[in-house]
Amino acid sequence: MKAKLFDYIDRDNFIFNLSGLTKLVCFICMTFSVMFSYDIRYILFVALLSIIFFRMSGVQFRQIKLMLIYVAIFLLMNFLLTFLFSPKYGTEIYGTTHEIFRLTSRYVVTQEQLLYQVTKLTKYASVVPLGMIFLLTTNPSEFAASLSRVGCNYKGAYAVSLTLRYFPDMIRDYQDIALAQQSRGLDLSKKEKLGVRVKNVMNICVPLIFSTLDRIELITNAMDLRGFGKYKKRTWYVAKKLRKSDWFSMLFGALVLAGSLAMSFVVNGSRFWNPFVA
Amino acid sequence: MGQTEKKPVIEFEHFQFQYFSQAEPTLHDINLKIYEGEKILIVGPSGSGKSTIGNCLNGLIPFSYRGEVEGSLKISGVETKESNIFELSKKVGTVLQDADGQFIGLTVGEDIAFALENDCVPQAKMKETVRKVAEVVDMGELLKSSPFELSGGQKQRVSFAGVMVDDVDILLFDEPLANLDPATGKTAIDLIDRVWKESKKTVVIIEHRLEDVLYRDVDRIVVVSDGRIAADMTPDELMAANILTELGIREPLYVTAMKYAGITVTPEMRAGRLDTLDTEQVKEPLIRWDQAQQKKEKPAERPVILEARHLNFQYTKKRKILQDVNFQIQEGEMVSIVGTNGAGKSTLAKVICGFVTEDEGELLYYGESMKGQTIKERSRRIGYVMQNPNQMICKPMIYDEVALGLRIRGTAEEEIEPRVDKALKICGLAPFKKWPVSALSFGQKKRVTIASMLVMNPQVLILDEPTAGQDYHHYTEIMEFLKSLNDQGVTIIMITHDMHLMLEYTPHAIVISDGKKIGDATAVEILTNEEITGKASLKITSLYELAMKIGMENPSAFVQNFIGYERGTHR
Repeated sequence: MKAKLFDYIDRDNFIFNLSGLTKLVCFICMTFSVMFSYDIRYILFVALLSIIFFRMSGVQFRQIKLMLIYVAIFLLMNFLLTFLFSPKYGTEIYGTTHEIFRLTSRYVVTQEQLLYQVTKLTKYASVVPLGMIFLLTTNPSEFAASLSRVGCNYKGAYAVSLTLRYFPDMIRDYQDIALAQQSRGLDLSKKEKLGVRVKNVMNICVPLIFSTLDRIELITNAMDLRGFGKYKKRTWYVAKKLRKSDWFSMLFGALVLAGSLAMSFVVNGSRFWNPFVA
Repeated sequence: MGQTEKKPVIEFEHFQFQYFSQAEPTLHDINLKIYEGEKILIVGPSGSGKSTIGNCLNGLIPFSYRGEVEGSLKISGVETKESNIFELSKKVGTVLQDADGQFIGLTVGEDIAFALENDCVPQAKMKETVRKVAEVVDMGELLKSSPFELSGGQKQRVSFAGVMVDDVDILLFDEPLANLDPATGKTAIDLIDRVWKESKKTVVIIEHRLEDVLYRDVDRIVVVSDGRIAADMTPDELMAANILTELGIREPLYVTAMKYAGITVTPEMRAGRLDTLDTEQVKEPLIRWDQAQQKKEKPAERPVILEARHLNFQYTKKRKILQDVNFQIQEGEMVSIVGTNGAGKSTLAKVICGFVTEDEGELLYYGESMKGQTIKERSRRIGYVMQNPNQMICKPMIYDEVALGLRIRGTAEEEIEPRVDKALKICGLAPFKKWPVSALSFGQKKRVTIASMLVMNPQVLILDEPTAGQDYHHYTEIMEFLKSLNDQGVTIIMITHDMHLMLEYTPHAIVISDGKKIGDATAVEILTNEEITGKASLKITSLYELAMKIGMENPSAFVQNFIGYERGTHR
């Protein structure tokens, strides 16, 4: 089942039909706009957009369920740890203290801290659907084609696409090897101590590396035999021409970024939105 | 051939090649001419240099695998060492052995287009060519499929199309049958034949499964042995010349049968293919031989070591992998589990080993249910050997590798040593006890993996494709070794689609198709039953076809007699 996680499944809708380059540009613009700004109003706006895009892309929720759980755990940890290590950071930033309740003398819950942490949480949360859309709706080869068109070396670009092609195979290999080793008594379950488990995983990695090296030799030969690297350029079977919708989307991405910068520099005067100084 | 007007496209002249990494040349004094439009089969045991010849043709030698070349090899009149791999790839299209590993693109269309992309062909023209070529290999409907959705045979068609887009003059197939089940292999040979006839290209096939390739016409067979050309003649002549068996290449079974019956094969019998064989000349002696064979009585019943009752298994709700599978395996049996890829035979092995748990039904070991036993507990009784030893070996030294299972179980080191010694001795690896694994050949590594299972004293050994990719010599070596293990009391279960293996070594065969057991009988009964072989993508054995062709009364009995005779005389 794990192998399915990164499998690209072709669909026909607005987001899927965009070129990989467009999606990369939009992803970078929107990510940067939320990473730069600490204005929760704007971040929520981008988060809303990313949810809308996610719905538009038609990616199934179950495809990303596992990933989402990991992200949620990470965010929760981050949230708690931030409070644990710097409970007064919010007041430092906003310069005021509106106490809500007091746990100990060090751990005081303030409106400022809460705003700061919730802002940070939404920041990460709004980027996640964007990343998912990018990963799951971009045909890796088509993306490689886009990269090479904007001037990247096509050999490098192709490496990306090959990695994605062989990743599921490697996971499958890993699972097979793991089973065979377990039948020899290698315990990977939680019953075993962590140290031993790490050592056992190492025992699986050795055959995995060797079988991967075999694969690499084979694929290199296959590519050589079919003329890979003959010329400085190559054409792409899956390349998409940039269409109106691509230009429009990139413009939209740029506007979102511009909006974020404008909010910071013009409206708020800093990266933070400070509702406490009226 | 006598077709002097044809011009040679491949010319080896006193050609010699030595890999830099090796002390001795791999090819010696090769002289060989292949003419335009010919279909040539190159056979030879592993390590004979037949694959090296292939690599010389497509330019991997000397451009990827470095080494010293002497003499001359001209392709379409051009000296290869003065050419380069890209130019050669325009003349020689290579379909490699591993169809999965050479699948570069993410979809069928993309993979077929790969060579065109590298040639900077504009997209519109590329799509056009891809569509046309895909039609030729019957993959037109599947242009958008990903490699994970394709069967082994389909992947091979894609690689085939991928080299045909270049409009090459020479098509080179490196062991095209290695990973295919018998029926798919037959279709592959048909396809090669069709393309050869329609496009008038020169076709070179490197393969050791002689009988399967000879299912369709071949102009000449080149036999390679020890880096030299041992024979270069038509199939009919080759069958009449006693070279194959001497070199450890398996001749077609019907030819062996004729020889057992005391027939001197001559080129005039046209034994190159069963279709062309002149049965009038061989009919009498074969029937006489058949009648002279003693009927053997059935072996005595033994206790049942492994029994499956109503096994059901599914990964997802949609598709049932195993449906109500029942079987009994007796102690000391040698059993083959056969069926197409994806039929469920590997899953069945996984259920037996406890890698996955059955949804319904149960497995019994000597009548006692194995329900709830973990992989580790089961592995004490049932050993599992994977197809590729490189996927199993995780220690650099042979001794450590074999000892691993015992060390994990916390066995005392004093006890480990004698047990490892014993396992190594059984597997014929005792002299290599202190050697690193990397010094071994593929077949020896396979034995290391078997030794590392044997050290735990299992009563049952399950092997996944034990002889995949092995030539006749190594095949015999591995199988005779397994047979000797079996004689020492280990029950052996093999997952395979090698029909020779089934027929010769496993008196009992279980056939799985679409998750259901569709056959459970002697291998001879299975391989002479058209309904079962059809469903399971197997092939009727040529012995049966021979018997039918000469009109024997009981063709199955003839096959049984052949196997019995072979056991009696050769082992």
